[in-house]
Amino acid sequence: MKITILQLFLHLLLLFGLSPLLSGVIGKTKALFAGRTGPPWLQLYYDIWKLFGKGLVLSRVTTWVFRAGPVVGLAVPVLAALLIPFGSIGAPLSFTGDLIFFIYLFGLARFFTACAALDTGSAFEGMGAVREVTFSCLAEPTVFFAFIVLARLSGSLSLDAMFGQTLAASWHSAAPSLLLILVCLFLVTLVENCRIPFDDPNTHLELTMIHEVMVLDHSGPDLGMILYGAAMKLFVLGALVVRLFLPGTTGSMILDLLLFAGGMLLLAVIIGVVESTMARLRLLRIPQLLVGASLLSFFSLILLLR
Amino acid sequence: MDNTVNFLLLLVILLNFFILGSSRLVSCIRTVAIQGGMLSLLPVLAHGFSGHTLFLAAGAFLLKGIAIPFLLFKAIRQVRIRREVEPLIGYVPTLILGTLATAGSFIFSDRLPLIAEHSQSLFVPVGLATLATGFLMLITRRKAITQALGYLIFENGIFVFGMLLTEAMPLMVETGVLLDLLVAVFVMAIVMHQINREFSTMNIDKLSSLKE
Amino acid sequence: MNFLFLSWLLLGLGACTASLPWRSSKIPAILGGGSAVLGCLSGLIAAGQGLIAGKAETFSLPWSMPGGSFSLRLDGLSAFFLLPLFIVGLAGAVYATEYMQKEKAPLHWTWYNFLLVSMAMVVTAANGLLFLFAWECMSLTSFFLVITEFNLAEAVAAGWTYLLATHLGAAFLFAFFLTAGAFSGSLDFSSFHLLGKLSVPVASALFLLLLVGFGSKAGIFPFHVWLPDAHPAAPSHVSAIMSGVMVKTAIYGLLRMCSFLPVSPVWWGGLLMALGIIGALFGIAMAALQRDVKRGLAYSTVENVGIIILALGFWMQSRAAGQHLIAALALAGALIHLLNHTLFKSLLFLGAGSLIHGSGSRNLNHMGGLMRRMPVTSLLIVCGGMAISALPPFNGLVGEWFIYRALLGGGSTLSGLGGFFPAALLGLLALVGGMVIIVMTRIIGIALAGSPRSPEAAQAHEAGWPMLSAMTVMALLCLAGGLAPVLLLRVAGQAGVLLDPDSANLFAGQDINPWWLGMMAFMLLGSLLAAFSFSRWRQRRGTVAAANTWGCGFAFPASRMAYSAESYTELAQSGMFCSCLIPESKDGQTVGYFPLIRSFVFTAPDPLLEKFFRPLFQWTAGYCRRCCCRLQSGNLHIYLFYVFSATILLLFWAWQR
Repeated sequence: MKITILQLFLHLLLLFGLSPLLSGVIGKTKALFAGRTGPPWLQLYYDIWKLFGKGLVLSRVTTWVFRAGPVVGLAVPVLAALLIPFGSIGAPLSFTGDLIFFIYLFGLARFFTACAALDTGSAFEGMGAVREVTFSCLAEPTVFFAFIVLARLSGSLSLDAMFGQTLAASWHSAAPSLLLILVCLFLVTLVENCRIPFDDPNTHLELTMIHEVMVLDHSGPDLGMILYGAAMKLFVLGALVVRLFLPGTTGSMILDLLLFAGGMLLLAVIIGVVESTMARLRLLRIPQLLVGASLLSFFSLILLLR
Repeated sequence: MDNTVNFLLLLVILLNFFILGSSRLVSCIRTVAIQGGMLSLLPVLAHGFSGHTLFLAAGAFLLKGIAIPFLLFKAIRQVRIRREVEPLIGYVPTLILGTLATAGSFIFSDRLPLIAEHSQSLFVPVGLATLATGFLMLITRRKAITQALGYLIFENGIFVFGMLLTEAMPLMVETGVLLDLLVAVFVMAIVMHQINREFSTMNIDKLSSLKE
Repeated sequence: MNFLFLSWLLLGLGACTASLPWRSSKIPAILGGGSAVLGCLSGLIAAGQGLIAGKAETFSLPWSMPGGSFSLRLDGLSAFFLLPLFIVGLAGAVYATEYMQKEKAPLHWTWYNFLLVSMAMVVTAANGLLFLFAWECMSLTSFFLVITEFNLAEAVAAGWTYLLATHLGAAFLFAFFLTAGAFSGSLDFSSFHLLGKLSVPVASALFLLLLVGFGSKAGIFPFHVWLPDAHPAAPSHVSAIMSGVMVKTAIYGLLRMCSFLPVSPVWWGGLLMALGIIGALFGIAMAALQRDVKRGLAYSTVENVGIIILALGFWMQSRAAGQHLIAALALAGALIHLLNHTLFKSLLFLGAGSLIHGSGSRNLNHMGGLMRRMPVTSLLIVCGGMAISALPPFNGLVGEWFIYRALLGGGSTLSGLGGFFPAALLGLLALVGGMVIIVMTRIIGIALAGSPRSPEAAQAHEAGWPMLSAMTVMALLCLAGGLAPVLLLRVAGQAGVLLDPDSANLFAGQDINPWWLGMMAFMLLGSLLAAFSFSRWRQRRGTVAAANTWGCGFAFPASRMAYSAESYTELAQSGMFCSCLIPESKDGQTVGYFPLIRSFVFTAPDPLLEKFFRPLFQWTAGYCRRCCCRLQSGNLHIYLFYVFSATILLLFWAWQR
């Protein structure tokens, strides 16, 4: 239980500064595969900046819940980011059992995003809300199983310790379990951030979309907040995957930071590769894949139980 | 060496899950072939290079990795089966059952009075889990070709078990098992061909009308 | 204790006078409502005293009933259950002054006040006979409240199902008390400690009797079938009492009686855990299928009782296995969740009542757009929805946090099967948590958000101050619990220590500190405020325009095109539910090329009731009728023979003694 000002500052700086870059890297990777130049690296920064300066258009049907969606969607990833370590830089906030709080924070964001989508009274947004809550519901057991494996290996119930210094040693003793967990958490990152193969963030065909269709009616600063929040969510969940993939520390803080940033960019490239080489799954196959992922993470736990 | 073996065995289990969750016949066959091919590395990895293990590995690789999948591919091309697997109880329930069976085999093998050097290795639980997967495949899938796949997975499980005994087991027994399998697949392929010609479907449900 | 008697006196007086034939319709409301409010306040003082004092108060009077004595005992456990009872009773009474229709109000006040008295007596009785007496009073008064709308056939049918179920359950309790009394020599609870010497098989048999008897009242999974019919049929504040409090009195009974039994073998806990998780999954899946908002909430009660039972089972099981910290965590989780569920479920039922009051329908598909027309109610329902989904910063998370912690503790430290079951339960509980969000966003999204789905909903009106203030209090309590989890831990402390002395450290806040959870809730509020002020600031700088909802180019969106209650769960039901839960759909035939009328009806009846209990009871009824025909043949000689043989039997029995 500790709060360190330096860590807090670093966390917020990394989160606010670096998170929109991931989307740029993904875009560039996809452009490379398609043989295009693609949007600039900093496109999302421009977008967010421009949207923050614009006016709002509100539907006549909507109420305060519609406005609450972006607010919660921005506040939640920021708070969640403070609970996890970025690379070997420890979490500014940590307490025993914070992983439960972490998971339910994202539940809060989901709750309000879905309610805000339904508040427009449009069938499209309703469709997105349904898919979001259903798929995330199936992804939740996976996260819990993954966390319980890490808790078992580290002997602690706080995210900071679970993704902390013991992780490197755990790779020696329980590599198979951790590898499975890595795959599962990567899948969860994809589904929670609505990337291919679960959702296509590019298409504007309502039938294929989840997240994009939910925010169809938001505009101006609200849309900017949503884009920023989504980028941060990707950053936060991605940070867990990267930490799992790059455990340990080099000893110097600068090097660790660079390593972490490099890891995040690599993750973005991987996501870009996945998006370029895979097709979106059929909608009814998605629950199957998610159940498969939870069973896989449960199996990795069984490996440890012996 | 031990780590590599364990890793291989783990992959075998992952492939089990994949087979249970996959809806495409072709990818199922390919996965079983990969599984067989991987297993054929096991004798060498687990017991070191020797004439015995090399022969076993080569035989298993040829049969499980190449010959039988080739036969099965040929069979589905000949009878032009649709790509779907047609499960009886759905993919997600089979997956859940598969996980439960795997968990059960892990827990059960912990309780077995094994000798010390085997009690830590993954051979027994993975063998049991693969057997269970084979059974599940046999029970829950509708097509004759998936039955053949079930037998193959079943045999893979036995093969994993056999690894514990390779030193002790005479070569002839192993060879016999492998040959049996080959013959079984041959028979299956021929039967399938005949069924297809008679009923123009591969559904083994139809066979139940043969009862009195 | 004196305040408890005062509260009973006030409630009793109100009950007796409210239904007298007064000339003005205001007098019953003043008498009944006023006495209920005062009685509940006085009861709250009694409960508070019991919680703070920490030592048991007893009271005993001789009673002319054979085997009975009018003995009461107010200890930490009783006070812990009295507290939510009187909170919800108070809120319900205030609420009812506006909610109840004029002509039905007087009689309703009688039953309502008597219900409160009998429930308070159930949790304080210290004699088996008195307990059963209070239990039966509680069942009967609540039965009369269920059939308040006696002109509606479905309410009466629900009432009969309820009466039948509750009496079948009571039969098991009679069996338990008779056996227990025979073993301990008296029906006084003070002599029940002798039960601790029973052998395991006998104790297990008694435990099973308790499980069925109390389970049928608490809505534990296979015995819940009456609950989804009866709870919604009652007026909403009574639904709140029934779902929030009455269900808990059964859990009180289970806990109290189990504390007399010897230390449990592991399988008791295992059985409770199994029933709990099945009930939770089943309840929430069924809740997602209901179009009747109150019926959905009633199924959610089944789910929450499942979670509580699961935690209690885990407590028993870990205590039997000797893991005291994990056991204490599970117990704390169960007790806190129990208290929390009382708060947020009554808030939601009161809110649902307000929606029904405003829009005139219980069907979600006939509401819609109420957020604009009933803003305060809607805000409060959103709060309740967040609380029940265990989202920060509300209280729901605190209880679930403890339960998750217990399961995580078990799953991350024990090996073999000891770690397997907690981990599996953890995953399933997470699934339940995700589905609760589906259910709550569905209620909010279909009933409150969007545009009105019926002319009545378009004309909906906000409730008056009595209803709103009752709900506001509950919502504030929910928020307070989330911001100060230590408070919840302290309230549950007395009861927890009484049930499991090993948990004293935990409840004193030494083993674990939930302080951080409250701190995080504050930080969440802070960051929400920051994001909100940023949003306001940007909005001030720019322009705000109003337009129609963007329908991807379609200019005339209508509420008929929006997602309905059924379509909202279609994906979940096709992807996740097993086939026995899937609702029946009656598809009307289309006629002609351009059909004007097309009907499509979804019904989601309880599969257990329809496929198991109803056929079972119908078969039993048929069998009994056939037996009856044989016995009552109408022949006079046969009847005389019955009389004769009865006499002989009695003589024989007397001779034997």
